[in-house]
Amino acid sequence: MWQGFPIRPDQASTIARGVDHLYYFLIAIDLFFTAVIFLTIFYFALRYRRRSQKEQPPQIEGNIPLELVWTAIPLGLVVIVFLWGTSLFIRNSRPPAAAMEIFVVGKQWMWKLQHPEGVEEINALHVPVNRPVKLTMTSEDVIHDFSVPAFRIKKDVVPGMYTTLWFEATKTGKFHLFCDQYCGTNHSLMRGEVTVMEPTEYEQWLSGGIRGESMAQAGAKLYDQLACITCHGTGKGPPLVGVYGKPVKLSDGSMVVADDAYLRESVLYPSAKIVAGYPPVMPTFKGQVTEEQLLQLIAYIKSLSPEEGKARK
Amino acid sequence: MATAAVGPETRVHYLNVDYGIKSWLLTTDHKRIAVLYLVSITLFFFVGGAAAALMRLNLIEPNGALVEPATYNKLFSIHGIIMVFFFMIPSIPAVLGNFLVPMMIGARDLAFPRLNLLSWYIFMAGGALCMYAVIAGGVDTGWTFYTPLSTTYLNSNVMSAALGVFVAGFSSILTGLNFVVTIHKMRAPGMTWFRMPLFLWAMYATSIIQILGTPVLAITLALVGLERLFHVGIFDPAVGGDPILFQHLFWFYSHPAVYIMILPSMGVISELVTCFAKKRIFGYSFVAFSSVAIAAISFLVWGHHMFVSGQSIYAGIIFSALSFAVAIPSAIKVFNWTATLYKGSISYQAPMLYALGFIGLFTMGGLTGLFLATLAVDTHVHDTYFVVGHFHYIMVGGAVMGYLGGIHYWWPKITGRLYPDGWARLAAAIIFIGFNLTFFPQYMLGYLGMPRRYAVYPPEFQVLNVMSSAGASILGVGYLIPLVYMLWSLRYGPVAGPNPWGAKGLEWLTPSPPPTENFEKTPVVTEEAYAYGAKEGAVG
Repeated sequence: MWQGFPIRPDQASTIARGVDHLYYFLIAIDLFFTAVIFLTIFYFALRYRRRSQKEQPPQIEGNIPLELVWTAIPLGLVVIVFLWGTSLFIRNSRPPAAAMEIFVVGKQWMWKLQHPEGVEEINALHVPVNRPVKLTMTSEDVIHDFSVPAFRIKKDVVPGMYTTLWFEATKTGKFHLFCDQYCGTNHSLMRGEVTVMEPTEYEQWLSGGIRGESMAQAGAKLYDQLACITCHGTGKGPPLVGVYGKPVKLSDGSMVVADDAYLRESVLYPSAKIVAGYPPVMPTFKGQVTEEQLLQLIAYIKSLSPEEGKARK
Repeated sequence: MATAAVGPETRVHYLNVDYGIKSWLLTTDHKRIAVLYLVSITLFFFVGGAAAALMRLNLIEPNGALVEPATYNKLFSIHGIIMVFFFMIPSIPAVLGNFLVPMMIGARDLAFPRLNLLSWYIFMAGGALCMYAVIAGGVDTGWTFYTPLSTTYLNSNVMSAALGVFVAGFSSILTGLNFVVTIHKMRAPGMTWFRMPLFLWAMYATSIIQILGTPVLAITLALVGLERLFHVGIFDPAVGGDPILFQHLFWFYSHPAVYIMILPSMGVISELVTCFAKKRIFGYSFVAFSSVAIAAISFLVWGHHMFVSGQSIYAGIIFSALSFAVAIPSAIKVFNWTATLYKGSISYQAPMLYALGFIGLFTMGGLTGLFLATLAVDTHVHDTYFVVGHFHYIMVGGAVMGYLGGIHYWWPKITGRLYPDGWARLAAAIIFIGFNLTFFPQYMLGYLGMPRRYAVYPPEFQVLNVMSSAGASILGVGYLIPLVYMLWSLRYGPVAGPNPWGAKGLEWLTPSPPPTENFEKTPVVTEEAYAYGAKEGAVG
């Protein structure tokens, strides 16, 4: 639309059109009130311009009904916009259960992305069209922000925690990926490209990628290297088979769901949440595993659960 | 009005009562302190403006026409820090508020004159620390000091800049305190709350925010300093801290700070519109209480800066609703100002042009705020040029227009001289046009997806960036013109007389410039503010 002078980015995801419609509605409200205010002021400015210094204009104290009207009308409109924007936001915040997963690690000043199959990319993301994709993201250093304007999605990528984002591309092509949170010197160079492909092309691309091991396989290797098995495979520590996505009872009696954030915390800060019935003996692996390796470990633990994926929110 | 015939040079007033640098640096006269602030913040304005000019120049080309990204980051950081903390926040309160709060209530000075002078020194100490940060190689935190970038990863002069802002905050707190006490305790006989000019309601609401909000900023910046020096682990996750906690603390002050900048301007507009329409304000109590409502709600909306930060979506929903709520009192003000023009006797001297410019630009800025309060739309435009456009419409289109309108309106009172009205009207028009050319394209850039704080950008954004930069050059000229004719008027401007606009209000009853004690005898107020229908001299 408007080739030479676009007013919006490509509508390349399932949510883009909905966001744009609300945007146009807001523009309509904006134009309406701007017109009302400007035209009224112009009219008054001409009609009541001072013609002589002696003029004594009538003094008007105010008008309560009028005040109520111009309070109620904007109030009604913002309630509509609030409800519309919120329902859209809630829908746009919930990834479908069947979404394929991509793992994102931001660092000054690049994006590192991993597919579960083990293919890694830098400043580039290849995804199939018409398939929901869920991103699990974290940062190695400062706060970044993963933004794809053509998809109308954006979320901060925060060190020390996982944030998630999802989209379903509806259009093949290449789209900008920006870091939207100021992250230091080369913030404006922390850019990449999302390539949306036909599913068959995507499969080809995936198999043509450097065939390393899948994330779960890499995680299994780490599991060996870090000797996790000496406790978690012997009953000294809680077993990990089938734990992913399940509720876990803690030593203080509370329950927690073994999701990505919990597993990450348990590797880095083992004493934060102790599983009931086990002694707090696990050492921290902070500094020994990178954010990418952590994601691989989690992928491995997840692969030990028969219904992995289903228990996720 | 016998004094009107006497030229300002032959009568003793606050400007000529004493000469020499010492008489200025040790003054406790609120009017002289106002002038000290006026000179200081004007200097800061042009420093911040120069940084903006270099930024806009750089953005003419996608790969940066002028500087490396590292330098560009310092430019926008300096621009933000100087403009927010050393120009916008002190602008109307410290200059016009200082000058006018005592005069408008019929007092001789503020409640704590020496504290007032101390505020200026604290402000200048903070400013000196920030200027040191600039000269010693710059700072590249942005004005937002986000952690852990500022605490752990940057090697620029973060400490001196943060300390500068920390120190300057105390000036803001003390000024607010001074105003609150003065307005409570020193009103002239008959000056009831509902006879106060609306400028005072706005200053009062602003002062409350300054007193309650600024300490939180001080705490936050102190924690940033502690974290940087001793790695205590408050904000940096590498040592067990929470970076999002910083954002909660920072915006708990910095969103209300937006209202520290805009509320005083709204107060100025109420004075200007009534004077140049010769009308009492339409719906006095609605305009007055909307200031208080804005101040109160402003403390409850900070989370809208964090919709995409990883905060819970439920928090997002609550903050979205509260952010919409703040739009209502703002809309009420705009409608009441517009209604005040109805059946008025409207003249278009320069201050009125600035006031009408304010109403237009504030309306556009306020309405685009709705986009940012809307969760699904904010998700797309957050941290893009849309946000940059929006807050410049509020802070520059709104607050700076209001400030300039106020300066033009009270200039004859402050200096005793009139500036050339034609030039002033020309400048107002140039600023209005230049402003829109600069910042309207930024809304479009933002929706197209261009992130803010980008030194280099994809080429498809170039056309709009060039338009914005072209507008900025016009805007820059617009800001320089008043500097010239204002300085010119100090020497060559016609003598103003006590009340050149035929305005109501106690400040117009004394000669221009006023004597040190403001009023020969304490005025007695017998009527409401803006009694434009009443006979001359009914006040007093």
